[in-house]
Amino acid sequence: MKFPIKLKMAAKGTGFSWFRFVVMVLGGLVLLFIVAPLLGMFIHTPLSDVAHTATESEVTNSVWLTIWVSMAATVVFAIAAIPFAYFLARNNFPLKKVVLGIIDLPVVIPHSAAGIALLGIISKQSVIGGMFSSLGIELVGTRVAIAMAMAFVSIPFLINAAREGFAMVPEKLEKTALTLGASPFQVFFTISLPLAWRSVVSGLVLMFARGMSEFGAVIIVAYHPMVAPILIFERFNQFGLKYARPVTVIFIVISLLVFIALRLIANKKIKND
Amino acid sequence: MIELQSISKKFGDFALENINFEVDEGEYFMLLGPSGAGKSILLEIIAGLVKPDSGAVWLNGNDITDMPTRKRKFGLVFQEFTVFPHMSVFDNIAYPLKRLRYSRSELNSRVAELAKQFSIEKLLSRFPENLSGGEKQRMVLARTLACKPKLLLLDEPLSSVDVQLSMELRSLLRSINAQGQTIIHVTHDYEEAISLATRVAVINAGKIEQMGSARDVFQNPKSEFIARFTGVHNFFPVQLKASGNHGLYIAQLNSDINFYCYADKIAKVGYVCFSENAVVLSVNEPNQSTVNVFRGVIKEIIPQRFGFEVMVDIGTRVVSHITWEAMERLGIVEGVEIWISFKASAVRFISSVD
Repeated sequence: MKFPIKLKMAAKGTGFSWFRFVVMVLGGLVLLFIVAPLLGMFIHTPLSDVAHTATESEVTNSVWLTIWVSMAATVVFAIAAIPFAYFLARNNFPLKKVVLGIIDLPVVIPHSAAGIALLGIISKQSVIGGMFSSLGIELVGTRVAIAMAMAFVSIPFLINAAREGFAMVPEKLEKTALTLGASPFQVFFTISLPLAWRSVVSGLVLMFARGMSEFGAVIIVAYHPMVAPILIFERFNQFGLKYARPVTVIFIVISLLVFIALRLIANKKIKND
Repeated sequence: MIELQSISKKFGDFALENINFEVDEGEYFMLLGPSGAGKSILLEIIAGLVKPDSGAVWLNGNDITDMPTRKRKFGLVFQEFTVFPHMSVFDNIAYPLKRLRYSRSELNSRVAELAKQFSIEKLLSRFPENLSGGEKQRMVLARTLACKPKLLLLDEPLSSVDVQLSMELRSLLRSINAQGQTIIHVTHDYEEAISLATRVAVINAGKIEQMGSARDVFQNPKSEFIARFTGVHNFFPVQLKASGNHGLYIAQLNSDINFYCYADKIAKVGYVCFSENAVVLSVNEPNQSTVNVFRGVIKEIIPQRFGFEVMVDIGTRVVSHITWEAMERLGIVEGVEIWISFKASAVRFISSVD
């Protein structure tokens, strides 16, 4: 008789489980580790300081620059990266693993190293930088350089998310569309892309977010104009923790608002489809 | 109309080898074979989704081997319901029409016409996730036929649906074919082939083993594989008549031979088949519950891996399978007279028209 009773309790979930308890405690610690520093910063930053800092044009310009340069970098590189992700999801070829490894490289190398590498091809002394320079265009220290640095470190997030999304679209739907008279371009835009949309959007948001928060690669190719992560670093370096906090709070809040807004727009778009 | 000339294609472990056949306008051509025989790849070659290694596909005298899929104007229906989940039923059906620059009003009226033909006119604003299996399949057929394809290719369209729905879809396919639509249908189910095909090709391990009318192929299997795969040696075209008993019918082969069988509904014409294992041999007139009892002469005894196949002539040839032990006990030899019997419930009736 004992056995069935025990079974019933387990099924209802009323029994105390040490395993569950340990897992929950450990999980709580991880959450606390993420939340505590952020929360502490918000508590230690007087609202008046934040309000005052928010009116500084250096701060607002910097936040605005960070958002739009990252967005521009994401959009421009997406035009090439999304079809490439589709190609990778649909085709097997020799050395595919090598190609996938190359795409992941920016994630594994130190970002300052990425910045140095990038500087090597856009500085006046390099071939590409030299070509632009002869046309009167300087790359180093410009918004273009910032966008390149942001894209370099963040593009793997877009390609990998989009690739997984496309891989989940059944190939037979695409074959069916072809037999229904659609060209490969039409199949991509009417079947593959809409069905992979959720993953593609989440890749875009990830790439955008990663680009916005980039510090290491950006600081090497362009200290000025100053993106928000560099501004935070500079305030900390010159004036200390107390002065770095208000900027940090503003940047975090604005980042969060932007991501929530993007998520909402993306979800709404999916529902409308 | 469509002709395949020595098509070959290597694909991983298996290969299609030298496939040749021609399908005429209005035919219902059935490619029958076990899974992994290369049937689906063959359909994709015809549709232009896969390029053959060698050989050619001809359409009305033109070589279309290198023509892109969208220009061939063939319809292809897969076993999976390939609905476009992000589009309404209306947009699914309109999908091929939109590629043809129809005006808005032409498009609306054509979709309405198709929806009516396939009895899904009330579902047009719904999304596929809210449709039943049968509704999805009808929608897919409506979408496929929207552009009046020159050739309809069906890849196991009935194998993932239940019996009831399969019957409905068979009758739908039959009526589409009756309106003149040329069809090439791939299946592993010999019942489907018997029920629908005007011509059957049996394909095994990448080769066509036999081709002909369903009757030819099932009555005279040319290879052991076909005989075993189709699993029916006892296969007869019949006319069905009520017996007076509920559910029990008389399947009339000719004026001398009648079989008793069960059938769901009375259809006039069709086939009966029964397994050779169901046929019991006895020396004396059997005094049992079986309703099908005949007297005949043993024509041929063929040794098998397990036991023997015995051909008995009762005015037509019926095949029975018996064991070594039964063979010795009954003292069966060629030329002697014998009784055969089998239950009405062992006889399957497959209708070939509605």
